[in-house]
Amino acid sequence: MAEQFEPLVIGFTCNWCSYRAADSAGSGRLKYPPNIRLIRLMCSGRIDTTFVLKAFANGADAVLISGCHPGDCHYVEQNYKAQSRFLLMRRMLAQMGIEPQRLQLLWASAAEGTIFAAEVTRMVEEIRALGPLQWKTDGYVPSSVVGHPSGLQEVHA
Amino acid sequence: MQRITIDPITRLEGHGKIEIFLNDDGSVANTYFQIPELRGFERFCVGRPIEEMAVITGRICGVCPEAHHMAAAKAADAVYHVEIPRPAKLLRELLYSAFYVTDHTTHFYALGGPDFVMGPDAPVAERNILGVIHKVGLEIAGKVLQARKAGHTVIEMIGGRKVHPCTSIPGGLSKGITKEQRDEIEKMGRWAIEFAQFSLKLFGDIVLGNKAYVDLILGDIYTHRTYSIGTVDENNKVNFYDGKVSVVDPEGKRLGKYAASEYTDWIAEHVEPWTYLKFPYLKKVGWKGFVDGKDSGVYFATPLSRLNSADGMATPLAQAEYEKFYKTLGGKPVHQRLTIHWARLIELLYAAERWVELVTDPEITSDNFRTIPTEKPMEGVGIVEAPRGTLTHHYWTDERGIVTKANLIVGTTNNYAPITMSIKKAADSFIKKGVVVSEGILNRVEMAFRAYDPCFGCATHSLPGQMPLQVTIRDARGEVVQVLRQFCD
Amino acid sequence: MSGKPKFAMYWAAACGGCEIAVLNTNEKILDVDANFDVVFWPVAMDAKYKDVEAMEDKSILLTLFNGAIRNDENEHIAHLLRKKSQILVAFGACATQGGIPGLANLSNTKSMIDTAFHTISTDNPDGITPQTTYKMPEGDITIPTIYPAVKSLNQVVPVDYFMPGCPPESHQIAAVIDLVIQVLQGKAQLPLTGAVIGAGNSSVCEECTRTRNEKKIKQFTRIQDFKPDPNLCLLEQGILCCGSATRSGCGAVCPKAAVPCVGCYGATEDSPDQGARLLNAVASVIDSRDPAEIEKILDGIPDPAGMFYRFGMAGSLLRASKAAWKE
Repeated sequence: MAEQFEPLVIGFTCNWCSYRAADSAGSGRLKYPPNIRLIRLMCSGRIDTTFVLKAFANGADAVLISGCHPGDCHYVEQNYKAQSRFLLMRRMLAQMGIEPQRLQLLWASAAEGTIFAAEVTRMVEEIRALGPLQWKTDGYVPSSVVGHPSGLQEVHA
Repeated sequence: MQRITIDPITRLEGHGKIEIFLNDDGSVANTYFQIPELRGFERFCVGRPIEEMAVITGRICGVCPEAHHMAAAKAADAVYHVEIPRPAKLLRELLYSAFYVTDHTTHFYALGGPDFVMGPDAPVAERNILGVIHKVGLEIAGKVLQARKAGHTVIEMIGGRKVHPCTSIPGGLSKGITKEQRDEIEKMGRWAIEFAQFSLKLFGDIVLGNKAYVDLILGDIYTHRTYSIGTVDENNKVNFYDGKVSVVDPEGKRLGKYAASEYTDWIAEHVEPWTYLKFPYLKKVGWKGFVDGKDSGVYFATPLSRLNSADGMATPLAQAEYEKFYKTLGGKPVHQRLTIHWARLIELLYAAERWVELVTDPEITSDNFRTIPTEKPMEGVGIVEAPRGTLTHHYWTDERGIVTKANLIVGTTNNYAPITMSIKKAADSFIKKGVVVSEGILNRVEMAFRAYDPCFGCATHSLPGQMPLQVTIRDARGEVVQVLRQFCD
Repeated sequence: MSGKPKFAMYWAAACGGCEIAVLNTNEKILDVDANFDVVFWPVAMDAKYKDVEAMEDKSILLTLFNGAIRNDENEHIAHLLRKKSQILVAFGACATQGGIPGLANLSNTKSMIDTAFHTISTDNPDGITPQTTYKMPEGDITIPTIYPAVKSLNQVVPVDYFMPGCPPESHQIAAVIDLVIQVLQGKAQLPLTGAVIGAGNSSVCEECTRTRNEKKIKQFTRIQDFKPDPNLCLLEQGILCCGSATRSGCGAVCPKAAVPCVGCYGATEDSPDQGARLLNAVASVIDSRDPAEIEKILDGIPDPAGMFYRFGMAGSLLRASKAAWKE
């Protein structure tokens, strides 16, 4: 019997809302799939396109950006930055051949552990159906950083 | 079978490889000229906004980005059905004229010139710009540098940058020039006319005054009787920036003239599986192979073919030289390919005269240098004369002006078939039974190629006196038969 | 040989603009001639690949390598010149980040070849495409194999220095030539290996003379659709200018010529991905909180991948589109 494909989802969550939502899901014993690996940012507005691209380049099948509801941002309005970046990123990634569903945005307050768990579960299944991303970068090795103008240089053996 | 591989071709823009196969008796069995590169502009321009074509396609060639910039700009204007204001036309053609001065200068003095000025059999160490300088004087170097500097100053003033101009946009230009710039441009232009005349005199003294060179130029080895094409204005005079493309048969009879939008009725491209470049030919005549003659669709597009397919030059000094050219060579059309070097200098003079004509037009400093397009973008063709051949850009866009399809026929591409023929003929003529294949022999093969100014006339001033060169000839078993070396430590 | 240190310049998948930029240093090129022996420079002199192969390892002091790695010949020569050179400089946008040829990474090689060999003017009824080895009656002749994706120089060999720009501006090239000659004379030291030379360490905005205020964009406009204020920041006026995410050093020539920066000087000092940083910046100045309105504003950027990665696709984090990896 073929092994089921287990998607790898990277979730960028914000310290004040969505990360706490994930936390409260955990302490409430609400199950959500281990396919998602959470990374905590202080604010969803800290989301940098490079984080998303690096996630895909390093094997993620999907990326979730999650932050406070519009109007509730701990830093007032930076989650709107996350929203704009998310919308523009999706368009650009589509041109690169990455399906729009592989980048998702979720607003979740600290109290919304149930919603967080449910959405992550839904998303994992959606990506499972979509299949692996299999992003080839022709031997990309995200290791030694040796004086490149962009700060990255892969030295091939 | 013995094989001589010349790899890479040198003193040109781009990459090329020549394979010469020898029969057992040392005569040439066949010669192949392959282009080993393809970057795919026609594919990756799809999806890009049309206004970026003038900037992106400049990177097809960094020696003549001005040509691609203008062809793409004209095509984008056509896509939007927008007529640019007269001052914008003047400015674009002024930039273009100054560009021609730099480009033809660098080709003659550093690329083509040495073969002529020093002679085709001159030692490799002398057959370069340094040898030219030693022969005719250090003052020349200064003039050449000044000509290039003047031209590139104009390109930067109007085009924004010295290499890869950026100011042409659909509807005109993003900026104009000030009165101070205009004055400086005029001063440089008048100097450029003197420089062009000086160059023609130099050619007359050193080349035309030398019987051996004249015999070489007029000889049959470098001669091919093919169709000629070139852009002409409404008076059938040579124009680099705008007009219709005139097509003239090997006897000089005009087959017709076509506007940019009609090019697909005239030009088609033949394909071979052993090279990445295609071979354009005249559709109305048909592809008959790599052969000369009225029944063969092979044509060439160079300064010489431009002179052949026009009725004259639009400026007085150049016109006088045009008449002298044909009188000396026995009438129109001329087919000896080495005379392209001379034709190029006549164009240099015309470009300088045109430079002054345009910069002294009262509208050149007008601030009416652009108009905003109002029509829906769709499809358009832009044609200019690149220094090394007629350049065609054709774009289709969607209603947002995003490119959906592109077709480019680039300057030197026009000449791929005749260059192949010229190389083969030179190889056949110089590499014969019993002949030791020396470096000078191989250079004569490359001279056939170089006459067409294949896209890059590199004016380096730092060619060394002692270039390492090794030619290894191996037999069919791969064993070394002969090795020619110089300056290889 | 004269005993002067050896110099080489090579072009891979290139356009020749870098060579012209070197020539546009005018009299400075005579200093190169005075201080070096040029041993390999296909555009200018007749040394062939065989001559480079015959050279001793590390016998060339300085090699300027421009052009991207598009095919196996480009990579082969990159390895060859790395072996024969003490200092290898990735010169120009193509060698540092892939350059314009890197745009081909948004589609794939098969599509590229098919397009070129089936254009409207191409006469190809048998659907011929080029063969890397072709049997002629006299023998086999070959052309290089085109790779699935364009690479930058440092993706195939270790590189000592990076000099960005398309092309690097001539005044910057002249400054670098001066520095190298000073080093030869023992009057200066080379920067640390891996450094970017001939460029600034800020962004183009620093060199741009236009006035900048807070940006609140309600609409992105294409340059042909309106006449911008010549004194105000272009991005502020809704024209997509890449200057904020592009390394300084060029003098902001394009904004000075009233057109937006196209990003040819590549990523800024601490940026792992030029296009990504530009996307961040552009998204951040959008003046809307309503997703539907934002989408409408984004319609004014019809080609984000091409516009953000114009010169840096091959050097970006994703390198190439999914299509590039398909056969």
